[in-house]
Amino acid sequence: MLTLTSPVETPLHRLPAGAKLAALAVFTLVLFRLSSPLPLAGAAALVAALHLPWGRTFALHALRMLRPLWPFVAVVALWHLWTRDLHGGAVILLRMVAAVAAANLVTMTTRLSDMLAVFETLARPLSPILPPRRLALAFALVIRFIPTLSDRMALLAQASRARSPRRPGWRLAVPATLAALDGADQAAEALRARGGSD
Amino acid sequence: MERDLTHIALFAALVAILGLVPQITLAGGVPITAQSLGIMLCGTVLGAKRGALAVLLFLALVAAGLPLLSGGRGGIGVFAGPSVGYLVGFPVAAFVAGWIMERTTLPAGLAAGAASVIGGIAVLYLFGIPGMAIVLDKTLPEAAMLGMAFLPGDILKAVLAGFVTQGIARMRPGSLLSRA
Repeated sequence: MLTLTSPVETPLHRLPAGAKLAALAVFTLVLFRLSSPLPLAGAAALVAALHLPWGRTFALHALRMLRPLWPFVAVVALWHLWTRDLHGGAVILLRMVAAVAAANLVTMTTRLSDMLAVFETLARPLSPILPPRRLALAFALVIRFIPTLSDRMALLAQASRARSPRRPGWRLAVPATLAALDGADQAAEALRARGGSD
Repeated sequence: MERDLTHIALFAALVAILGLVPQITLAGGVPITAQSLGIMLCGTVLGAKRGALAVLLFLALVAAGLPLLSGGRGGIGVFAGPSVGYLVGFPVAAFVAGWIMERTTLPAGLAAGAASVIGGIAVLYLFGIPGMAIVLDKTLPEAAMLGMAFLPGDILKAVLAGFVTQGIARMRPGSLLSRA
């Protein structure tokens, strides 16, 4: 399975994940304190500038990750054009796009394993109720079972198409849930046979 | 213990693959995906606590950078966007749906349908709409107007969650952990 980490290696990839997350938290807090378009435009320009030196592929990847925002941008822009509140509209849109793009930048430049390691560190205070090894095992199980369940869904869809000209669609929901339940029972047995989860 | 862990992990994976199912577009151009069906099923099949944990595990992997949200979205950016309220509401929705499922004695299908409407729609919107209002800086009624576009699809999915849970109750009664 592909992650959202950019294959284009940048110097940002080499910074520690925890530091990038902390910087992102501070940047986002500052964004929500700013309330006039000019400083916000500066912040947005800063985020854009952090994307540009790493080449076309990297920048286009970042633009693709912003795509789900455009419908919201269109709605807000139309709304503020209609109410003639351009100042307010600019503040909302600059803030939202800058915050999302900055967060995406951290995701694009941090490997999944590094990010999960940060989460496991952050969860350490919970260790009496959530042992760190169990959390790590849970992450690994989900990552392992997504392709397995996905293959199973594809097989179910093929089998259904062989029997009927109708599209399978929602009819797959019951067998997919059964596949998850059976997979869970089998994985539990396998774990127990290997000495349990702790 | 192992059984709890693997059920939580497998249902997190189920929520993920239900989001990969190609989305269908309702009249009016509103895309609907099976992902929120997965959230409802986490609650109605696994029960309150395990269901909420499965959804939290799924969200952690999304935040860590897997493109598992419907439409291939993921990363920390989705938590800064207009849908953040819905993401925060996901685990609460699964918890409430599971809680209702555990506490009624209605037949499994009916109980799951009702639990999905209350948990998976009412509670989810209670988080999603204020989230949109904050990020887009709109009033609650304005954000609610945007959010209501998803209501017909979500009602469809709540009904479907009822049927799926009923199917599980019939075929694997021992696996319906919310009623175990």
